[in-house]
Amino acid sequence: MAELNSKIPSGPLADKWSNYKEHSKLVNPANKRKLEIIVVGTGLAGASAAATLAELGYQVKAFCFQDSPRRAHSIAAQGGINAAKNYKNDGDSVYRLFYDTIKGGDFRAREANVYRLADVSRNIIDQCVAQGVPFAREYGGLLDNRSFGGAQVSRTFYARGQTGQQLLLGAYQALERQVGLGNVKMYSRHEMVELVTIEGKARGIIARNLVTGQLERYFGHAVLLCTGGYGNVFYLSTNAMGSNVTAAWKAHKKGAYFANPCYTQIHPTCIPVTGDYQSKLTLMSESLRNDGRVWVPKSKEDAKAIREGKKKPEDIKEEDRDYYLERKYPSFGNLCPRDIASRAAKEACDDGRGIVPSGLGVFLDFSDAIKRLGVDVVKARYGELFPMYQNITNEDPLKTPMKIYPAVHYTMGGIWVDYELMTTVPGLYALGEANFSDHGANRLGASALMQGLADGYFVIPYTIANYLSSEIFVKPIPTNHPAFNEAEKEARERMTQFLNAKGKTSVEEFHKRLGKIMWEYCGMARNAEGLTKARKLIQELREEFYKDVRVLGSIDELNPDLDKAGRVADFIELGELMVIDALNRNESCGGHFREEYQLEGEAKRDDANYAYVAAWEYKGVGADPVLHKEELKYENIELQVRSYK
Amino acid sequence: MKVNLKIWRQKNAKTEGKMVDYTVDGVNPDMSFLEMIDVLNEQLVNKNEEPVAFDHDCREGICGMCSMYINGRAHGPLHGTTTCQLYMRHFKDGETIYVEPWRAKAFPVIKDLVVDRSGFDRIIAAGGFVSVNTGQAQDANAIPVEKADAEKAMDAAACIGCGACVAACPNSAAMLFVSAKISHLALFPQGQPERDLRALNMVNQMDAEGFGNCTNIGACEAECPKEIKLTNIARLNRDFLVASLISE
Repeated sequence: MAELNSKIPSGPLADKWSNYKEHSKLVNPANKRKLEIIVVGTGLAGASAAATLAELGYQVKAFCFQDSPRRAHSIAAQGGINAAKNYKNDGDSVYRLFYDTIKGGDFRAREANVYRLADVSRNIIDQCVAQGVPFAREYGGLLDNRSFGGAQVSRTFYARGQTGQQLLLGAYQALERQVGLGNVKMYSRHEMVELVTIEGKARGIIARNLVTGQLERYFGHAVLLCTGGYGNVFYLSTNAMGSNVTAAWKAHKKGAYFANPCYTQIHPTCIPVTGDYQSKLTLMSESLRNDGRVWVPKSKEDAKAIREGKKKPEDIKEEDRDYYLERKYPSFGNLCPRDIASRAAKEACDDGRGIVPSGLGVFLDFSDAIKRLGVDVVKARYGELFPMYQNITNEDPLKTPMKIYPAVHYTMGGIWVDYELMTTVPGLYALGEANFSDHGANRLGASALMQGLADGYFVIPYTIANYLSSEIFVKPIPTNHPAFNEAEKEARERMTQFLNAKGKTSVEEFHKRLGKIMWEYCGMARNAEGLTKARKLIQELREEFYKDVRVLGSIDELNPDLDKAGRVADFIELGELMVIDALNRNESCGGHFREEYQLEGEAKRDDANYAYVAAWEYKGVGADPVLHKEELKYENIELQVRSYK
Repeated sequence: MKVNLKIWRQKNAKTEGKMVDYTVDGVNPDMSFLEMIDVLNEQLVNKNEEPVAFDHDCREGICGMCSMYINGRAHGPLHGTTTCQLYMRHFKDGETIYVEPWRAKAFPVIKDLVVDRSGFDRIIAAGGFVSVNTGQAQDANAIPVEKADAEKAMDAAACIGCGACVAACPNSAAMLFVSAKISHLALFPQGQPERDLRALNMVNQMDAEGFGNCTNIGACEAECPKEIKLTNIARLNRDFLVASLISE
């Protein structure tokens, strides 16, 4: 197998993207009209890509499984979007955003991609404001910013606690405008269930119409996967219930390498788990760490008393509280990156100082901020977040500290892509959270929105032309081509298999069991023994699933359980790959913490042996995948031990 | 706690539906309403009965997908809340709870509690946007916006497009939804060039979809999970009137 070619342009870091744009191939307007592009997923990456490509003149088909493209899970992002505007005059720059992102990612991301991201971040804000996105403003009428984890400047733009919603609605409106103009054909309630490749190139998809159950065939000169992350492999996560890996996994099985699957982000500020019935976990925005102080009691006795309801948080005197983030990381304090804050919470709870009945929870306290700023300012700053917390937990965070605990939130790993966002299958692209490219081993807060929109608005419109310019002579391939027949047959057989298993165990139950394995052995802390065991457990679960799953109803109707069976089957296979990847990476970095590799409780990287992207090639169900390494070359920054102390 | 449920079951758009009785035992007051339905569905699957189909996704009250008409109210008894953010502690032990889909001519039932709300997308496609192609924007701070206007625009933009306003309205009008988008964009300088055309096109599409007329009842505002205000409808009426006069 040939070495991975990341196609990073030559030249100085700051000039790579402009050099690329100046020399990449173009498609003339008359030819654009003849080219069809499939966009799967309509979150920030998908909606912005579909809208922009349609504006350029391509014929776009966009797909989402929700009933409307406006509901993609980007909508739930709360805190904000980073951009190197330096409106605050506090020393920000493209280079600094680039550096913070590389460092936040624990030096496991590709320099050239991250620099480009930081560079176009400024255009994103301009574009969104022009669309009418209602960002927070100051009294002078100009845009406001706030600070976020992993940075010492204020570069985060926000719209109350609903930044993702407002950015997505901006992209959605741009998309609907193109639907109205006839440039995009929108397919809601459609789920991609198979990728179609012809002579090695991506040429279409099979999608299940979720209302009629029909398997439908769609041709495209290129296919864009904007399908988000795979956090739901853990069952409990902050992802939406429908978020899944199926489209990405089908692409992986058809030749797209999957990169760094073990890099998962556990977000430090989520509402703790309370019961077995729980279907998802709710995130409380990281922006709360601007004003909230994280603490547990210094003594185990006090923590126990709180757990048992014998003491209240107010009863613990100031000197008996351990503001552990401020203590351990004085220069970043409560604003240290997510992976570090999460592990510190786990450490405090493992030490017996957790403050909820399960023992897995810490306080996030706003009393100092309320004293300093007043209740009204704090309330205004966090908009919907406080009522949301109160509604879920029946406790008022203005009166008593929030209780929080880390939960699975984002996946840095994903489909391997080159500088052009193309996967190892020609004509197949991956954008946004679905790809692996920009966040290394840990993503900084307010950077997911930035990356999704950067990929969709400002990267893919240039890079896709470089490929499509050589496709202008390819006539649309009729969907009765044998490759479409074959792909549809595969999809139908798989669904029939689920329905015919007629077992005793629900899909939901299998999903829960997978989640427990993943959280226990491949969660916040991992070790070789546990991972080895997990692989075996997952393999057993997979066999049991196909024998014993119970899916009712039929294939020819709206059948959410059948859809979910397909998603869980893919999660099980992905889970095994995650464990293999975690076992292979004998170091700790960012969200991947191997207990064997630590130095005084901090992650210990091994740059000599693991400064590479692990891109896995699929070799069949249960077979060992083949590892391809993309060496990470740092030409502009020096690899350092990441310190927020 | 234990609840008795009467849930609308309908095989598909072509067949007739009916209310069916279920009982769920061992309900934890800290469960969300949807988690309680999850428990019911798990029970149904175990009994070889088809689970209840319902729309849901983020379960954080922001995607707008969940849509249950509970005890005669859109999203249930709690003010300013989506179905997914409604908790069982707001119900009594032993209570009988009626669960129906949104009911409106423009929202036909697909199955059980799932309805087709694609009319909302077509209304946005008719004019709910600022026509600005990617790459054309000037510097973001070149367009100052008065803070008060920006806040009002954000209040309107908070609409999640769930359709509770339509479900709650005796006329099945979509005025609150349409006016929220009209207001959001009308309050910004960026929205001015297309302001008249936007009002005309969105209202025309709204009528074409079969939504009813507004008779100032206010049920939409009362049931809106994001507390979108009726004043937006006033702004829409004004914009539509002005636009109609100009276009004549």
